[in-house]
Parts: sequence; C-alpha cells; structure tokens
Amino acid sequence: MAYVSIADRDHDIEHHDPQTFITKYIWSQDHKVIALQYAATAIFVGLIALGLSVMMRLQLGFPDSFSFINPENYYQFVTMHGMIMVIYLLTALFLGGFGNYLIPLMVGSRDMVFPFLNMLSYWVYLLSVIILIVSFFVPGGATGAGWTLYPPQAIMPGTPGTDWGILLMLLSLVVFIVAFTMGGLNYVTTVLQARCRGMTLMRMPLSVWGIFIATILGLLAFPALLVSGIMMLLDKAVHTSFFMPAISSMGADPGYSGGSPVLFQHLFWFFGHPEVYIVALPAFGIVSDVLSTHARKNIFGYRMMVWAIIAIGGLSFVVWAHHMYVSGMNPYFGFFFATTTLIIAVPTALKVYNWVLTLWEGNIHLRVPMLFAIGFIFTFIHGGLTGLFLGNVTIDLPLSDTYFVVAHFHMVMGVSPVLVVFAAIYHWWPKISGRMFNEKLGKWHFWTTFLGTYSIYLPMHYLGFQGVPRRYFAMGNTDFLPASAQDLNAVITISALFVAVAQILFFANIIWSLRKGPKADPNPWDATTLEWQTPDTPPKHGNWGHDLPECHRWAYDYSVPGYEDDFIPQNVPADTAPAGRDHGVEH
Amino acid sequence: MEIGLITLAIMLGSLLGWLLKQSLNTQPWVAAPVEEAAHQAPFNANSRLVALTTFLAVATSFFALILSAYSLRMELGDWIPLTEPQLLWTNTTVLVLASIAFQWTRNAAMRGDEAKLKPGLIVTGLLTSAFLIGQYIAWQQLFASGEFITSNPSNAFFFLLTGIHGLHILGGMYVWSRATLKVFGGAADVRESIQLCTIYWHFLLLVWLVLFGLLLST
Repeated sequence: MAYVSIADRDHDIEHHDPQTFITKYIWSQDHKVIALQYAATAIFVGLIALGLSVMMRLQLGFPDSFSFINPENYYQFVTMHGMIMVIYLLTALFLGGFGNYLIPLMVGSRDMVFPFLNMLSYWVYLLSVIILIVSFFVPGGATGAGWTLYPPQAIMPGTPGTDWGILLMLLSLVVFIVAFTMGGLNYVTTVLQARCRGMTLMRMPLSVWGIFIATILGLLAFPALLVSGIMMLLDKAVHTSFFMPAISSMGADPGYSGGSPVLFQHLFWFFGHPEVYIVALPAFGIVSDVLSTHARKNIFGYRMMVWAIIAIGGLSFVVWAHHMYVSGMNPYFGFFFATTTLIIAVPTALKVYNWVLTLWEGNIHLRVPMLFAIGFIFTFIHGGLTGLFLGNVTIDLPLSDTYFVVAHFHMVMGVSPVLVVFAAIYHWWPKISGRMFNEKLGKWHFWTTFLGTYSIYLPMHYLGFQGVPRRYFAMGNTDFLPASAQDLNAVITISALFVAVAQILFFANIIWSLRKGPKADPNPWDATTLEWQTPDTPPKHGNWGHDLPECHRWAYDYSVPGYEDDFIPQNVPADTAPAGRDHGVEH
Repeated sequence: MEIGLITLAIMLGSLLGWLLKQSLNTQPWVAAPVEEAAHQAPFNANSRLVALTTFLAVATSFFALILSAYSLRMELGDWIPLTEPQLLWTNTTVLVLASIAFQWTRNAAMRGDEAKLKPGLIVTGLLTSAFLIGQYIAWQQLFASGEFITSNPSNAFFFLLTGIHGLHILGGMYVWSRATLKVFGGAADVRESIQLCTIYWHFLLLVWLVLFGLLLST
C-alpha cells in the first residue's frame, strides 16, 4: 500500500504550521495559499494582456485614430498579449492555481508532498513575471517578434525590442520553466504518492486526471522551449549560428552563417503544440466535473474520458509541424502531420460526445458555473471544427496568414479555457472563500462574456475567408477587400471593448462576495468529491482536521436509485449506501 | 527530431503501460471496500525517489532535444567536425570512477557501515570536482588552439553540451555537499540522500557517455 504512505505517515509531510501573518500568507507553504498567490498573479498579468488586446483592437477597428499606437508598439502589444495569455496566465493559472488548490484536496492529502519546493515554485514564477514586466520599460521596450519569437527577425535590428526586450523575454521564459518544473514535480509526485486510502487512480475526479496528464506534458515539452530559448540567447548574446543564417543587416554583416530558422520552429512547436493541451487538458477535466455535478448525473464514459485524456496527451507530441505548413516541407511530411492532426480529433470528439451525453436526461441546474461549462462546449466545438480545416495542408496554406487562424485559436484556446477558468472559479469559490457569490451578477457576467466573445470571433472567420491578413498594423495594399471589411473590424473592436469592460462584473462579484456574500454551505452544490467534505470551509491548514478521509467510491455517484440524497460523497462507505450501476442507473 | 521523439516515446510508453495496468479491468463505478481497492499501489517507492525519477525524465527530454537539434544542424553545409581534446578521455575515466565511488559509498550506507561514509563521500567529491576542472581545462585547450564558440556550429554545440552537462553536475554537487555536511554533522540516517545522489550520478555518467560518443563520432 505504498500509495497511502504519505497520507498515513504524518511525519512524511514536513511540518510547517504557520505562526505569523508572514508565514501564513506570504512565505506560505500551504498549497491553498500558494494556489491563491499563483492565481492572483496570473490574473493580474492576464489583465495586462487584456489591456494590450484592447490597444490592438483600437488600432485595427479605427486605424490611425490614436497617437499612442504606432507600428512598433503595436507589434509589442501583439507579442506580449500572446505570450502572457498562453504561458503566464493560462499555464500558470490551470496548473499553479487550480492544480495546487485541487490536487491535494481532491485526492485527500494534507498538502503537496514537497511544500517548500511548492513555495519556491511560486516565488520563482513571480520572478519570471517581474522580468517580463520589466521588459516593457527597458530601452527599446519589450520584444515585438510575435509570441513565437521566430528568428532571424526576433533578434535582428528592425524588430522592436531587439536590444533588451528579447533578452529579458527569453530569460523570463527560462525562469518560468524552472518554476514550472518545481511545481510539476510536486503535482506528479502528489498524485502518485499522496492519495488517501481507497483513492485508486480510476477513482480520481477527472479534474485531477486532466491536471496530472497536463503536468506530464509540460514536464516533457517545456525542455524544448528551454533548449530553443538557450540557443537563441547564445545566438543573440555571443553570435553563435544555431538558428541564424548568413544575413546582412542594414548593409552590415552581423557575422552569422549557416544556421536554420526552421530548426527553431521545430523546437518551438515541439513545445508549442503540447502547450495547447497543457492548457486544454485541465480545462477538459474541470469541465467534466462541473457538468456532472450540476447535471446531477454521472459523467458519461468515465474510463473513456480518462483514456481520451491520455491519448490526447500522447498524440500532442506528434502533430507539431502542422504549425509549420507555410514554412515549406516535404509533401509526405505534411501528409504525415495532417494525418496525426486529424487523428487527434477522435479522442477529442469522444470527449465532446461524452459531455453532451452527460447532459442528456440529466437534472440540469443552470447555475453560473454550469452556464460557463456549457458555454465552453459551444466555443470548443466551434474552435475544434475550424481546426479540421486548418489541419489540412491545402486548406491551411491560403488561410494561414489570415484572420481565420486568429479566430480559430482564440475560439479553441482563448475563449474556451477562459470560460472554464470562470466556471471553475464560480464552482469552487464557496469552498475557497467560504462565501457565496451573487448569482444574478454571475449570470450577467456569463451572458455578456459568452455572447460578446462570439461577436468578436465569429466575424473574424469571415474576414479570414475574405483574405484579411493577420499580424498587420494596417491593411496596406489590399484592394481585393471590400470596404465593408473595415466596418466589420470596427464592430469587432466595439465587441472587444464591451467584453473587456464586462469583466468588471466578475471583479465586482468577487468584491461583493468577500464583503457582503452570504456564508457558504460546506457543500453548496451537493457534490461528491472530497474537497467538499472538509471539516472546515474554507479548509484549514492540513485540510482534514484530525483524520484523513477514506475514499470508498468514484466521484460520480449522482442520482443513485434507492438512496435518499441525489449524491453520495466519495467518503461514504460502500455498505451504508449503494453504488451507481449496481442498482440500474443505466436503463 | 527523431532522437527527441524516440526518447519521448520510450518514456511515455513506459508510463502508458503502467497507466493501462492501473485502469484496465477496473470498474470505477463499483463502490468497493478500501482493502480491495488498495491493492493497486502505484510504486513501491518513496516520494523523493518518485520526484527524482520524474526529474530525470525531464532532464532526459532536455538532453534528447538538444541532440535532436544537433543532428538537424549537423546536416546543414557549414558543419566542420571538431577535434575533441584528448583530455576528455581522462575526464571520462574520472567520471566513471566517481560513479563507482558513489556506488561503493551507497553500498556501505545500505549495509550500515558508517565508517566508510566519510571517505567515500570525500573521494566521490574529489573525483567529481576533478572532472569539472578537467572539462574546464579542455575548454581552455580549445580556446588556446583558436576554437571558440562562434568558430563553427560544431564548436557551439560542444560548448553548449559540455556546459549544460557541467551545470547538472554542479547541481548534483550541491546536493552532495548537503549530504556530506549531514554525515559530518553526525546525522542519523543519510541512506536516502546517498541513494538518490548515486542514482543521479549514474544518470549523469550515462548522459556523458552518450554525449561523448556522439561528439567523438561526428
């Protein structure tokens, strides 16, 4: 029974009962506090990135109306918006935030296995964020190379921020990877070693599965970014030629020769594609749990859901070059990557079917988290379907540099994960804060965000088909476009401003809840998973009081016939309550 | 990228095999008593060993990806093979000896033969430091003969690979110094630290042998 060893033997968890304000809230080793620190920092930089996207939209919707936006800082906005959203917001929030909060509570542990390392992970993450923010203020400003940082333009004069910006960007990424690795070792070890008695792998909630597999992906894929980052730092700082071809810059020879920019692209996307699933898999897991809880029905096909997560994780390593069709490649190579890309649609579609089938004949409660979760199904199907277009080489080539791609990836990995982030925050907020949020305000937040983002990204598909180029500061010589394309751009900008402002509803709700929110029931949604069964709400240090919980069943015993409640928590023994299928829940 | 892919496939494959064993033939929806479910223990290992193994997987992925880049970059016209300093053979021997010394120390620790711990750790530390110094001298020899990091991509990869490998060794030396201080401070149980260090040393020796073989053959 090795897997209960940590939980059973208390002395294995380093004791660190916090005494003062500083050890309790600042240099804290409690996974819940660290989770909140991670989440607050991630949301803070996320707001910066939101501000940057507003600036970009202002220029695109109303070209040259704003004196504070010029081509140089437009490219800096694009770059930093992308980089912050993908890495510093979503990766940090899903794994550092929700991973930290949920893993120990959901598997019935007192804390992460290495609390000190966990604390270190947050502070190193914060350092990477600080370096990132500092890069805005150095001479030349932040890098404007695009979030993919492709050489040679990322380090050649002419691109904004090639003096200091790119150096700090790469340094910040290296520091982030160190922080992520420290956190990731903790998440993996905790899932493997610190589960409570009875919590077999196949009894873990899907949230934990998603975070667990995403962490493994991150641990194996981030080294690719590290390798490319270090090599580009050397190209920039000491003029090696890993990626830099012979090139002349403004009449001068910077001394590069023979390097391969495509080599960088291979390394970058070897990380970059799994990164999509590092963000998506936790979202998949969380949305499964939210749907099941608020539909009062067991998740459809639990084992298939687990295997689909694993299959998607594995496949995500063999599709990277579909980001590089326009870089030029052997047609057989493109054929291979188009095939693997389309194959990944199989486990993904399986998950979508299972979410819909979970809702089928469920007792659906349209509470705020549920609304966001159902909204996710819409946006994810939408973004997934356009992915089928772009996965094919012949369709990708003409569309690759248009707004169709912008619409696709914002639907599938911008809006969709963010909707899950909100679903998760509303879902677990009563446990995190001990207070309820305002239902009405939450519903307003959902509908403005959901409809607003649709009105941003749906028209972009159309613009893409028209051939509106992406990445451009201004349209340029695009006579083939009708004048109405600009009107549509203005509409999109107004929608974007609307959505950005609507997020005030979310923060107002948080503040309202903290100040005036009614005290939350320990288990307001009647959920089965262990985090709702803690003796205190919010859970105290050590989570479980004197005795650790014991797990007796899976996380999805909802609406079991012959039982008085419509849910049976995981810690209710088998002999006191029946279990799902034994009693014919499946007709 | 084949090297990176094959390495990842092996690592993911072994994980997948284990995950399937855990998840096939289970009926998650059945509420069973604890004893029955508890038979599915994941590893008969302690948490630190699990964390170290995970870290070694990360490091393996890291080195495999540099080697992927190496093999891709090598095929581009301007590659001139570097003649490695003969000193590297000596360094390799020293690193092998360091690994053997650590294994010897570990065996002594496992037997409870505490008298051998101090000399064992000291010898290991000296040998490992000698390796690092040897690598540094090898760099100096290259500099002296006019081979700099920017001279050729093969040089750049040589300095990159040896440098990163050296940094990993330095990280190991930090943990070694903590274990050694514990032993000299008279700590009761250092078996675990020594055990984990030994694994890490063997891993870095293996990495070095792969790197050295590659550097010699290209």
